[in-house]
Amino acid sequence: MRPLSSSLSIPDGAAPQQARRLLSAGVAALGLVACAGHVQPGGTQPAPSHADGTITGSWDRAQYPSTYQRHPNPPVLIRNATILTAAGPELKGASILLRDGKVVAVGQDLAPPADATVVDGSGRYVTPGIIDTHSHIGVYAAPGTFAESDGNEATNPVTAQVWAEHSFWPQDPQIPLAIAGGVTVIQALPGSANLIGGRSATLRLVPSRTVQAMKFPGAPYGLKMACGENPKRVYQSRGPSTRMGNMAGYREAFIRAEAYRRKWDEWLQHRKGPPPDRDLQLETLAEVLRGHILVHNHCYRADEMAQMLDLASEFGFAIRSFHHAVEGYKIADLLARKGTAASVWADWCCFKMESFDAVPQNAALLEQAGVKTIIHSDDAIGIQRLNQEAAKAMYAGREAGIPISREQAIRWVTANPAWALGIDSVTGTLEPGKAADVVLWSGDPFSIYSKADQVYNDGWLVYDRHDPTHQPATDFDLGITAPGVGQ
Amino acid sequence: MSTGSLRLLLGCCAFTASGLSAQVTAITGGTVYPISGPRIEHGTVLIQGGSIVAVGADIPIPAGATRVEATGRWITPGLFHANTTLGLSTVGSVEATNEANRSGEVNAAFNVAEGIDPATPLIPIARLEGVTTALTGPSDGLVPGQAVLIDLAGDRIETLVARSPAALVINLSESSKSGGGGSRAGVLKALRQLFDDAQEYQRRKSDFRRNQMQPLAAPAADLEALGPALRGELPVIAIANRASDIASALRLAREYQLRLVIRGGVEAWKVADQLAQAKVPVMINPINDIPTFDGLGARFDAAALLDSAGVAVVIIESETGGPRNLRWAAGHAVRFGMPWSQALAAITLAPARALGIEDRYGSLAPGKVANVVVWSGDPLDYSSHAEHVFIRGIEVPQTSRQTELLERYRKLPPSY
Repeated sequence: MRPLSSSLSIPDGAAPQQARRLLSAGVAALGLVACAGHVQPGGTQPAPSHADGTITGSWDRAQYPSTYQRHPNPPVLIRNATILTAAGPELKGASILLRDGKVVAVGQDLAPPADATVVDGSGRYVTPGIIDTHSHIGVYAAPGTFAESDGNEATNPVTAQVWAEHSFWPQDPQIPLAIAGGVTVIQALPGSANLIGGRSATLRLVPSRTVQAMKFPGAPYGLKMACGENPKRVYQSRGPSTRMGNMAGYREAFIRAEAYRRKWDEWLQHRKGPPPDRDLQLETLAEVLRGHILVHNHCYRADEMAQMLDLASEFGFAIRSFHHAVEGYKIADLLARKGTAASVWADWCCFKMESFDAVPQNAALLEQAGVKTIIHSDDAIGIQRLNQEAAKAMYAGREAGIPISREQAIRWVTANPAWALGIDSVTGTLEPGKAADVVLWSGDPFSIYSKADQVYNDGWLVYDRHDPTHQPATDFDLGITAPGVGQ
Repeated sequence: MSTGSLRLLLGCCAFTASGLSAQVTAITGGTVYPISGPRIEHGTVLIQGGSIVAVGADIPIPAGATRVEATGRWITPGLFHANTTLGLSTVGSVEATNEANRSGEVNAAFNVAEGIDPATPLIPIARLEGVTTALTGPSDGLVPGQAVLIDLAGDRIETLVARSPAALVINLSESSKSGGGGSRAGVLKALRQLFDDAQEYQRRKSDFRRNQMQPLAAPAADLEALGPALRGELPVIAIANRASDIASALRLAREYQLRLVIRGGVEAWKVADQLAQAKVPVMINPINDIPTFDGLGARFDAAALLDSAGVAVVIIESETGGPRNLRWAAGHAVRFGMPWSQALAAITLAPARALGIEDRYGSLAPGKVANVVVWSGDPLDYSSHAEHVFIRGIEVPQTSRQTELLERYRKLPPSY
């Protein structure tokens, strides 16, 4: 299987073959299991042991695999639009051809195939689908009662064993609102109450009865970690109640994970004798150590991010992206050197002490320093206009004399989040062979007045502002919310 | 302290410019959006002594005037943010910086003015984006208390505050239910009891002093403070989102002749005709489209629907990025159908009208407070920025705590 990301690294240098084998060890990164030939499909009952005496068990079986299927859609040619590919210069008067869920061609003078739907893009703009690295849609669903508040397993500072997808409600009425804002992929994350909050899920934002049918095939899992005020506030009576307590908590967890990983790796070599006990918490952390699960770290303060980078070095993993990184601009050089992305807001400020030093030029300064910069939402309203928050941050930079190009800014909500989620070889740019994750905007996506006119998710016209038959509503919406909500 | 003496303390400075000077400033050459009248190309705004003295295309410039060349620029009134806690809250999670709310359900006599911190770093951040005037006040409880009007310049409470009180805030939303014993019907019962007792108290003050009245719904200070609202002298802002709660507020307003303004107004579009007929303005955050049980009918085009039904729309925002986002809240309303000029009015003249101070605020015309912004382009879009911000006729510096942080870390490592 082609790796989904050109730069998904295995820091400990495990050979790919060994890595694949380990992947089958229940240890999962189980989005990948569909490609590991010897893994039993979920739901079947394999024998407790093979004829040769090797032992199999739950760890060998598919674990909550993606059942996502691309929705058929006729080929589409969008003509005479301005196209921001996120992979090169802005193209004027250009066309893009989508077929079978893929971008086939981008350029001038593309002839429409006979079976293609032709869309006039005159005066309109095309970008890749918007990707949000930080969403709690589905896990903190509307209408916001305790009944669907499923985002923080705030019962222990380390809950690496929980998976956001097991909380995700596909009928959250916030989903169609985000789709109407041009969002095609989200990372649904556990909240930030805990030092280690659990696994994230990378999801295609499509109407679905189950979360499994939204899971982005092959996407690696993420691990949500959190620094600073939130864990020490939530656990102040039982600990950790300080930042040094936070650090000790991460270190203790990863020390246990190292031992667990060693035990399992040794056993999997021969599969003889009783297997070690499975521990869901350590299984996830061991996968982080193997480089199969990407770390997404909620962290505001510059000094604290530097501590977390040292923690990662101590245990030999990489932090894929800091989230919020409100003080990222203070250590932009360090982040660039470490290759850690920064998922930031345009201007959120001052709601707590660790956000007090926010500046609207954070994204621009990070970009200028060479950091993979991302505008994320962490908000069910903000997710509906991530392109505009990128615009706000781009213009804040320009006004301060930091020259941010449109080509750079569009990558903040497309190519760069795709990289952070480890899916950049599949989506995030408009290049031949990439997924047909495409938004047609009514005007310049960096203008406040532009709306998503059409949204294609993996080639499926999942939203059309001018066609009520392409405006999905959730079950919750029926008979309750106004028709045309969010249009 | 009674509201009377507060007005004495703070009202003394109402509508007078601080740092009064005879200095004349002429902003020339730009496109002027007076709001109260049609756009003026190559217009001039003449400022003297904290007030606007002339606006037009052919205004003679007095000798000695300071000229601000604004050709190609857009000139608007300073933006008026009608829903803030500016000066009353700096760091949301830090109690030490929060002064907007008092415990308890009925706080009619609670006036926030003396809780204002004129030195909060949030004020310069907001005015860098053209916000010059703000209503700042409480939101918690059944009767949260009195909001005050501030101009965003001044180092003392007395200079910041332009009108105190500027409105009484009452609450008919989900968050007020505890004040009604857990039921919306209880909220209405409690408010009526309070208003009835306040009227009774006003009529029988001497009986009250002689202890010849039954126990009243609130202490005398609160009943006293309700007087101006019940006499129609002070606007009453009712927080309400559900259509039925808004209708309840309209009913109360009819019964007690309140000068009602709705704030929140998530489902106001459902009762737009009633609101238009009653001439009740609605303060609404146009991006709030997430359904909750306090407003399942949330929709992005609510501001446009209200506007087209003839309701006076005041645009507010409550973004985590802070009040600096006000102009973009208006831009969002335009994206979803509100006419551009109406959206600009909704963050300038409409809030001034809703609070009954349009004689001094919200437009560019002679006699108005000289709160003026010169923009590099369309103020409602991201591509523009505020080049000059005048508050009471004096240009405020283009600096904030954020610009200082930016300059410190623009080049790494920083030089401490």
